[in-house]
Amino acid sequence: MAEIRKCQVLIVGAGPGGYVAGIRSGQLGMDTVIVEGDKAGGTCLIRGCIPSKAMIHAAERFESISMHNSENGHMGISISSEPQLDMAALVSWKDSIVDRLNKGVEALLKGSGAELIKGWANFSSPKRCTVETPNGIVEIEAENVIIATGSSHIDLPFMPCDEEFILSSTGALDLDSLPSKVAIVGGGYIGLELGCALSKLGSEVTVIEGMESILGIFDRELRRPLEIWLKKHGVIVHTNALAKGAQVKGRGASKKVELSYEMDGEVQTLKVDKVLVTVGRRPNTKDWGLETMGVRMDQSGRFIRTDRQCRTNVPGVYAIGDVAGEPMLAHKASSQGEMVAEIISGLTREFDKIAIPAIVFTEPEIVSVGLSPDEARDRGEDIVIGKFPLAANGRALTLEAEKTGGFIRVVARESDHVILGIQAVGSHIAELHGEFVLALEMGALLEDIADTVHAHPTMAEAFHESVLKSLGHAIHSA
Amino acid sequence: MANYEFKLPDIGEGVVEGEVVSWHVSVGDTVSEDDPVVDVMTDKATVTIPSPTDGVVVSLNGEVGDMIAVGSVLIEFDTGSEGTSTPKSMEDVSDEQPKPEPPKPEPPKPEPPKPEPPKPEKAPAKLTPAPQTAPVIPKSSIGSVLASPAVRRRARESGIDLGLLNGSGPAGRIRHADIDAFVAGSGTVMGAPPSAYSMKRSAVNEVKIVGLRRKISEQMVKSAFSIPHFSYFEEVDVTELEALRQALNSSRSEDLPKLTYLPFIMMALAKIMPEHPECNGHFYDGDGVVHRHEAVHLGIATQTDRGLYVPVVKNVEAMDIWQAASDLIRVSGDARAGTSSLDDLTGSTFTITSLGRDGGLGATPIINHPEMAILGVHKAREMPVVMNGQIVVRRIMNLSSSFDHRVIDGADGARLVQHLKRMLEHPAMIFM
Repeated sequence: MAEIRKCQVLIVGAGPGGYVAGIRSGQLGMDTVIVEGDKAGGTCLIRGCIPSKAMIHAAERFESISMHNSENGHMGISISSEPQLDMAALVSWKDSIVDRLNKGVEALLKGSGAELIKGWANFSSPKRCTVETPNGIVEIEAENVIIATGSSHIDLPFMPCDEEFILSSTGALDLDSLPSKVAIVGGGYIGLELGCALSKLGSEVTVIEGMESILGIFDRELRRPLEIWLKKHGVIVHTNALAKGAQVKGRGASKKVELSYEMDGEVQTLKVDKVLVTVGRRPNTKDWGLETMGVRMDQSGRFIRTDRQCRTNVPGVYAIGDVAGEPMLAHKASSQGEMVAEIISGLTREFDKIAIPAIVFTEPEIVSVGLSPDEARDRGEDIVIGKFPLAANGRALTLEAEKTGGFIRVVARESDHVILGIQAVGSHIAELHGEFVLALEMGALLEDIADTVHAHPTMAEAFHESVLKSLGHAIHSA
Repeated sequence: MANYEFKLPDIGEGVVEGEVVSWHVSVGDTVSEDDPVVDVMTDKATVTIPSPTDGVVVSLNGEVGDMIAVGSVLIEFDTGSEGTSTPKSMEDVSDEQPKPEPPKPEPPKPEPPKPEPPKPEKAPAKLTPAPQTAPVIPKSSIGSVLASPAVRRRARESGIDLGLLNGSGPAGRIRHADIDAFVAGSGTVMGAPPSAYSMKRSAVNEVKIVGLRRKISEQMVKSAFSIPHFSYFEEVDVTELEALRQALNSSRSEDLPKLTYLPFIMMALAKIMPEHPECNGHFYDGDGVVHRHEAVHLGIATQTDRGLYVPVVKNVEAMDIWQAASDLIRVSGDARAGTSSLDDLTGSTFTITSLGRDGGLGATPIINHPEMAILGVHKAREMPVVMNGQIVVRRIMNLSSSFDHRVIDGADGARLVQHLKRMLEHPAMIFM
């Protein structure tokens, strides 16, 4: 062992949880080391949120240009030739964004004073690990450890990803050409976001979902506009269908993959160019020495057990983000990372969020914050609901955001009008979520929103109107 | 589905029951092991009891204010898996005991319009069966305390339990001004802040009488409604006593405590009590027997942050003044710090309530049932007094006393006070 690096704070993993913890810890003047074997930024930045959104945006652009190429054009704009897709160029444009952000994160870490050590950490006791870096083995001993190892794609054991024919989301974001036929196993948010994008780019997409419906976390009303969009765009959705296996067939350039799945008691097959497997993510708790740390797992055994300050059972060892429990969302990880750095520095903090927003970037986008009507009723709340269609919102029409039936829905307690939840569906609707979360965190009443002026013409007016509707006096709705 | 019955663990020596002060969970909540579930108060302390398991709360046994016996079922959990219904060993929970109550994570608070049990703040993690394609939608914790993030942060940093505040905002939302008012009222539960905004106030804030407050309230009702009190007031010239006190204090060695008036009064009472046996001891309603105690165990009414306590200095008759002073400091200090032993809080035969620095001319002290008499001591101050036809300045202390008229006649009560007065006015007699 050449060197023992001692530090106050050691962060394992530089994803959206770890790097935020690192920057905050550095800002607070603590001697901070952050260890990352991959590029800084984590799944979110390298092969998740950001690259998929780049691809989704490109696909939307491609689709809208295609519309102008139709016989009579669109909006009075027509172009004479079809848009051409160069998948490799799209991927390299996406990579340039990722690179830019990755360099940004590394610069921010450096600027805050945190030291980024590149390599995979391997723990031998709660506060000691070794890292194999390009410059040799570094041993690190820390006063506090923040575990932010994130999560990984779940493989189906009978059809493991080879990233050539059977892809994980990582492979789907690094295609060299557009597959003409794609099967997506798992109709959750990751599969559907990529499915929508591939469909817009021109792939023929089939979704194989084991449950009764796709995106089962959302209620029917909220799923409906997406289901209509999928239908209109020829995306085939098989529900109650279980993937059974995949076989690569053919030779050379004509190689295809044959997916077999069971539906209605019968095994069926589907020949496609690529199978995309998106059946969920699993916290990274293995193969880096977690078992030597004495850290307890939660009852399911999947996640590290933490309290409201992200403390594990081992003093001075914290866990944040995907590895510490649901929801496995980047913004939750970041918020926890910031908090834990502050706790270590001696500040009194607690993860007391009223709501963590969930957004699905399908077409249309879906946002859910707080309680849905069903969840509120399950808790015994008497509620009022206000639902306002985007079709009655001027700005939504000018943006064509209302298509397939988008809306904003607010759920409030009947007795005192405290807002309990807000859901929305529509193109570009994700950007509206900030007001929704703020309303919940501030403990807003329906009247607080009703008495707030929302600028015209914007889609945010639809939120105002949904609230007015719940109060029984929407202006632009019968 | 396996149900797990969590029984109230043994939470301290000699404690057989505890009072539910507040529930941190309600039926249907999903809790994780070690999440605080309930605050239970015993004679000595309030203990936050953590959950022994992960699970869903199926039932809660007892409302806030109810007494729960040690060993009886407190909470029933559905642990979702085949489990045992045997509670875990005490070690698991007793870890939490010595800690003073931390600022509670997100304390339950009855919303004024809906006095129902607090809503859960924990996101009940939805266990989606495989294939796990979906993220679990984060649940909200609406329904507990309604306050903005900045207000919540400020409360946490100041160690204020927002569950104790009644918010003055719409729907009971807690505002910065409410915290200002709470702090200004040194922890008193207040509604609207005094001048922060000009709205008519109409709220009636309901403060549940629980814990020590409830015990005090019960004890006072018992004392006031079962004992026919008569009160008697007298003033005592303590000029000589003051001179003696100053002399003793200035000449005492360093290891001895500084003397206040109280040790002298305690010593005087212990000395004369054999001549007034009807005033020292216990009388239980209805058993027809007065228990006259020879030992003089003096209860010392002590105001603490948590409310009124009466720690006891035992066997004052066997003490010298320094011992009495030391023990007085010890028991009252422990009571204020909340570290009194059960022994120090029980067994008094006569109580002294010192109104001390707050002075006052007279009061009608309430007898500490089942005792039969109580003495209130007021602040000594210099007064013009006529002596031998001259107006002179003397140091005067007022005594207020109450007696149980069922067993002590007015003349007997007066006799005790007059005897005490003679001793205090001629303090040498205390030591003869």
